[in-house]
Amino acid sequence: MVEGRCSGGGKAVSVGIAEAKRDRSERRRGLLLALPSFAYMILFFAVPLIIVLVYSFATRTSTGSTSLSDWNLDAYRKLGEPIVRNVVLRSVVLALVTTAICLLVAYPFAWFCAHQRPVVRNMMLVAVMIPFWTNFLVRNYAWRLLLSSGGPISSFTEAIGLGETNILFTKTAVVIGLVYAYLPFMILPLFASIDRLDRRLVEAGRDLYGSGSQTFRRIVLPLTMPGVIAGSILVFVPSMGAYVTPELLGGGKETLLGSYIVTQFLTARNWPVGASLSFVLMAVMLVSTIIYFRSGGKNL
Amino acid sequence: MNAPNGSEEKVTVAVSLRGISKLFDDVTAVDSVDLDIDDGEFFALLGPSGCGKTTTLRMIAGLEIPSSGSLQIFGDEVGSLPPNKRPVNTVFQNYALFPHMSVADNVAFGLRMRKVEKSEIADRVAQAISLVRMSGMENRRPSQLSGGQQQRVALARALVNRPKVLLLDEPLAALDLKLRQEMQFELKQLQREVGITFVFVTHDQEEALALSDRIGVMNDGRLLQVGSPEEMYDAPADRFVADFIGRSNFLKGTLESSEVVCLANGQRISVPAVDVGSVGDDVQVSLRPERVMICDAGTAPEGMARLSGTVETETFLGNSVIYRVALDWMTVEVETDHRPDVERHHAGEHVDLWWRDDAVAVVRP
Repeated sequence: MVEGRCSGGGKAVSVGIAEAKRDRSERRRGLLLALPSFAYMILFFAVPLIIVLVYSFATRTSTGSTSLSDWNLDAYRKLGEPIVRNVVLRSVVLALVTTAICLLVAYPFAWFCAHQRPVVRNMMLVAVMIPFWTNFLVRNYAWRLLLSSGGPISSFTEAIGLGETNILFTKTAVVIGLVYAYLPFMILPLFASIDRLDRRLVEAGRDLYGSGSQTFRRIVLPLTMPGVIAGSILVFVPSMGAYVTPELLGGGKETLLGSYIVTQFLTARNWPVGASLSFVLMAVMLVSTIIYFRSGGKNL
Repeated sequence: MNAPNGSEEKVTVAVSLRGISKLFDDVTAVDSVDLDIDDGEFFALLGPSGCGKTTTLRMIAGLEIPSSGSLQIFGDEVGSLPPNKRPVNTVFQNYALFPHMSVADNVAFGLRMRKVEKSEIADRVAQAISLVRMSGMENRRPSQLSGGQQQRVALARALVNRPKVLLLDEPLAALDLKLRQEMQFELKQLQREVGITFVFVTHDQEEALALSDRIGVMNDGRLLQVGSPEEMYDAPADRFVADFIGRSNFLKGTLESSEVVCLANGQRISVPAVDVGSVGDDVQVSLRPERVMICDAGTAPEGMARLSGTVETETFLGNSVIYRVALDWMTVEVETDHRPDVERHHAGEHVDLWWRDDAVAVVRP
């Protein structure tokens, strides 16, 4: 008996060791598989980010070159100046308007889509994605054509007696372009959270004397809030830093964050300010995203 | 408490359905149902899944609009009113508690929607929560509750509104067996306490028999029979009802007069007078396994209906023994008590089966 138990114990230990060994080698193999993407991220994301961070502490010399010898916070101090503040404010307002319009357009669409038969809903979602398969620049130039005076939209309003419209190179044009570009980022997370919503909760709300709008406000909206927030972040963040669309459809008339940063780097040759602004923008986005995911995990 | 038939006093009708039908894309889910549910009654809609019982309940709740027919709640036509305009509340299958609200907020929801005064809401919510014995759990989230507790909160959330009719959709289906039996008892108790008309949907015949004052059995969108649990068990009018509530043997035959059936083997038996068809119609005689007596061949008492056959199998079930007895034209199942003083029969033995005339029911085939 005793002998038997001993040998049995020995076997168990050796099995345990073999198991640990295999676990370790499996983990190593997993790391090996992930290595290319790790390397890519480090090389093309982390390293440039660090370079930007380093440059944000540097000084612009009088000749317009950048000196790394004297580290200071001058560039960050410059962000508090009225010019920069106005640019930031303008960008925030534009991004907020874009996000709000996206939300108002996307929510009913996502709701409708989530209540269709699977075949129909898949077709609708593919239709949402189709513009993505076209080059971003091409799409922006297409909008330029559509919005220009003498373009289709202008001709239409003229034909129905509203007179010529000239939307191109206005804030409206920029918002239209941004909404168009980022709408799918709003629709998809909204669709996902509406699709997950238990229909019986809506019925329960109605059964408990809630009107349609009360049930929406008290039950549907809170329960689909994760989708609303995720979609809003996905639209707000790129809208804040948008460069191509404001340049092409807004004609660069009003400086927004994206173009201001580009100007700092290329025209004003003030790399530290460009770098600090980029870094602050990114940090704010990153922190708000982290806060959202932290709280989102707890809420549902 | 309830007075189904034969009572002279006038009963208020809580829910009245007249010719109610519901079509979903040409599929008839509910087919011309007529039903009166009395005030204060515990009524069960019983049937297999897909029989239209849930659709019927949802129409009363206002979650579905009938395709045709008239639906009244305490005399008011409610056919196309939205759910929030009806004096009924529903306990949903799987409860549908709001996951983002506490127990107290869930229970208070209906009162808040109706803009009841704050102090009154607090009182009534506390009262409802203590009624279902959930005091102390007010601040929990539904996800922190067990199935039975969620069930109680769902009941409180509906009852706090003092509905005229409470609708329950498979209220116990999500609970495990032991809890289900406990909740059955509690539900019955609760209904007596609050005195509200309960209409509940179930596919579980035992649950329906145990809980309700009256049962309506549905199949294929049609309401087949309505009656007290005893009536449904003793005098089913339809083969489906007899088969769905309890077990039964079905002997084929034709109606010779209102009280005599000629069985398929040519034998005549007398039956309780029931109005299920006219003379000459094909009918079936429902014979419950536990109401058939079994004895050695030739020893059946005189004057009783009897059939002779051979025991095919005997199955011992602890408190009872099930025999399958082969006649020359069909097989009959017989259930006897298992007691030391009851003689056992074995496979291959010739036996007689006999029963009292009132042990059978004539049913539509």
